Amino acid sequence: MAITVDIEKCIGCKLCVRACAQDAIEIVEKKAVIDLAKCNYCGACVDACKKYGAITIARENAAEGIDTDSFRNVAVFIEQHEGDIAGVSFEILGEGRLLADEFGEKLIAVVLGNGMRDKAGELVKYGADKVVYLDGPDLAVFRDDTYAQLVSDFIHAEKPNVFLAGATAVGRSFIPKVAARVYGGLTADCTKLEVDREKRLLLQTRPAFGGNLMATIITPRHRPQMATVRHKVMKPAKLDPSRTGEFEVRTIAGGSIAERTKIVDIVKEVESTVNITEADIIVSGGRGMNGPDNFALIRDLAEVLGGAVGASRAAVDAGWIPYSHQVGQTGKTVCPKLYVACGISGAVQHQAGMQSSDYIIAINKDPDADIFQIANLGIVGDLFQVVPALTDSFRKELGH
Amino acid sequence: MNIVVCIKQVPGTTQVKVNPDTGTLIRDSVEAVLNPFDEYAVEEALRIKEKQGGTVRVITMGPPQAESALRQAIAMGADEAWLISDAAFAGSDTWATSYTVSRGIRALGEFDLVVCGKQAIDGDTAQVGPGVAEMLGIPFVAWVRKIDDISGTSLRVERLMEDGYDVVELPLPSLITVVKEINEPRMASLKGKMRAKKADIRTLTAADLGADAARLGLKGSPTQVLRSFVPEKKTGGEKISGDVPELVTKLKSTIQELGVIK
Ligand SMILES: Cc1cc2nc3c(=O)[nH]c(=O)nc-3n(C[C@H](O)[C@H](O)[C@H](O)COP(=O)(O)OP(=O)(O)OC[C@H]3O[C@@H](n4cnc5c(N)ncnc54)[C@H](O)[C@@H]3O)c2cc1C
Ligand SMILES: Nc1ncnc2c1ncn2[C@@H]1O[C@H](COP(=O)(O)O)[C@@H](O)[C@H]1O
Repeated sequence: MAITVDIEKCIGCKLCVRACAQDAIEIVEKKAVIDLAKCNYCGACVDACKKYGAITIARENAAEGIDTDSFRNVAVFIEQHEGDIAGVSFEILGEGRLLADEFGEKLIAVVLGNGMRDKAGELVKYGADKVVYLDGPDLAVFRDDTYAQLVSDFIHAEKPNVFLAGATAVGRSFIPKVAARVYGGLTADCTKLEVDREKRLLLQTRPAFGGNLMATIITPRHRPQMATVRHKVMKPAKLDPSRTGEFEVRTIAGGSIAERTKIVDIVKEVESTVNITEADIIVSGGRGMNGPDNFALIRDLAEVLGGAVGASRAAVDAGWIPYSHQVGQTGKTVCPKLYVACGISGAVQHQAGMQSSDYIIAINKDPDADIFQIANLGIVGDLFQVVPALTDSFRKELGH
Repeated sequence: MNIVVCIKQVPGTTQVKVNPDTGTLIRDSVEAVLNPFDEYAVEEALRIKEKQGGTVRVITMGPPQAESALRQAIAMGADEAWLISDAAFAGSDTWATSYTVSRGIRALGEFDLVVCGKQAIDGDTAQVGPGVAEMLGIPFVAWVRKIDDISGTSLRVERLMEDGYDVVELPLPSLITVVKEINEPRMASLKGKMRAKKADIRTLTAADLGADAARLGLKGSPTQVLRSFVPEKKTGGEKISGDVPELVTKLKSTIQELGVIK
């Protein structure tokens, strides 16, 4: 790969300097000079220089040793908790089906679990052409080494062209280990996947810099092309009872895989941790709540709407609500259908975690609060009046 | 207990703003900082050392200016700082970074525990920690929110999951990544800052790592950035004020029209 500046065409306008997120370009004697130690070949400067066409990137073509053509099919990792298939897995089945069709390949689902044969088999009806179900006592719960080993073995055996998993606590902790082993290209937390049919490439788009910049990533010479996919962005697969496909069950004997970590306990914090990453509606409170007891107002509204409770870092740091509720750059990234921000100013770090929500409502008494810049509906008012009145009004109507 | 902490220098995102006219990043005053999650990693390592004795070494792969992040960690109390830097590392993705950092850690000799931040706030990938663990061939647990117990040979931690936490035991040496909940990082003392100023930063180049050159930098990176762009910013919609009943009526009808209530 090489990036070059055509000094005949360069007029020293600095558009490229401003476009570069790596701070890699300088104008020296009215010409752009690219610091190759900093450049990550993202092409932002090439786009910025469209008018003059002075900057070009030559990308190498496929295969330096790896026969990319021998890798076929789209594989998806199906995550389960206590035998129930995770929501995000249906989304990657839906997305995986679309990608497989575009590549003209098959969709293979791999499931690790124990005693969930029926549920695994059902996945054929959700779009899989083949389901590989690994069943064994050590696979019931997530174990780092076991999962990494079995999924790496699966990849070596099946040689998929594309491999997808959910960007969940489980997926994001062991899929990078699998990528390290198989020398695959792994892109984290994708929000959009597209196909370049001609080059057989998966174009993986993801947010970086807390959502301020989007990057499209490719894996040109390595296989599989791996991605973890953010929850709630892609459409879940629909059940089609008439679909048929292959179902392969393999028994993994207890103790047959060397596992160095030991799960001593699994603690569900159901009461204090409503899983905000799964919720369709989130009602969040910030410093404007003025204290821990007032969070009851947020909980009440969330409850009547059937949603979960979120919080800004200010509220978490003040000890009003546990960290597992924090939304933002150092908390969770959420993407609900409705996000209601109450008494939250909308600092960039908070926005980083919630700006891709489908619809945002902000309730804040300061008309100049930053949150209003991204809210679809902004309510300038006192949350202590508006929120309880809204809860009451819904309660009356919905009768609970 | 000999602890190695992997750190990264990142742009302080507070300042990463987008120019609405040109759609480009405004970086005029972007200050480079120690990745916030890595501050928790350094703090946790220091706390273990304070209880058990031993050393805390910080290591980063980056350009020469990443030195200032290392000094920040020294100011907090780290004993030694290592900078892995070479033109050959340019363009590394998370795979090549994991490989290079793991070779760097190997070059330091014996260690009991490696601590990483949950993720770096520029790329937000959370892939380097598990990648380094795998390439070092040591056990790994992500998202650690609490260390319950640590002895010379093993570790018991709480791993934060979406719906609660797991209690996990693992033998040493091993690698953990930590989340914000684990501690409150200390401020550097004046003495620490003085020490940081004078501290000797040790460097490692590609030649020092005994690494496979084909796995380094752009050449060793499976992924490439095809393009990057500024997403369309959400623009604020309607903003209203008025009597509470009016506001409530508007809110209620809007929420109902969205069809999100089950
Ligand atoms: C490295 C780093 C990482 C960070 N990560 C995160 C993160 O993950 N998540 C996060 O949220 N923050 C994060 N922050 C902090 C962030 O910068 C803000 O400080 C924080 O989000 C502010 O929280 P807030 O909006 O609740 O508080 P404030 O900014 O104090 O806003 C409170 C708002 O409430 C309004 N208000 C007060 N009373 C009322 C009332 N009666 N009725 C209506 N409105 C009222 C006020 O007008 C004000 O706008 C991070 C910061 C840094 C430096
Ligand atoms: N260049 C680097 N040098 C040393 N450690 C790093 C580097 N990049 C990432 N890390 C470590 O890996 C963690 C996760 O980073 P990332 O995978 O980039 O999100 C960080 O919090 C650091 O602890």
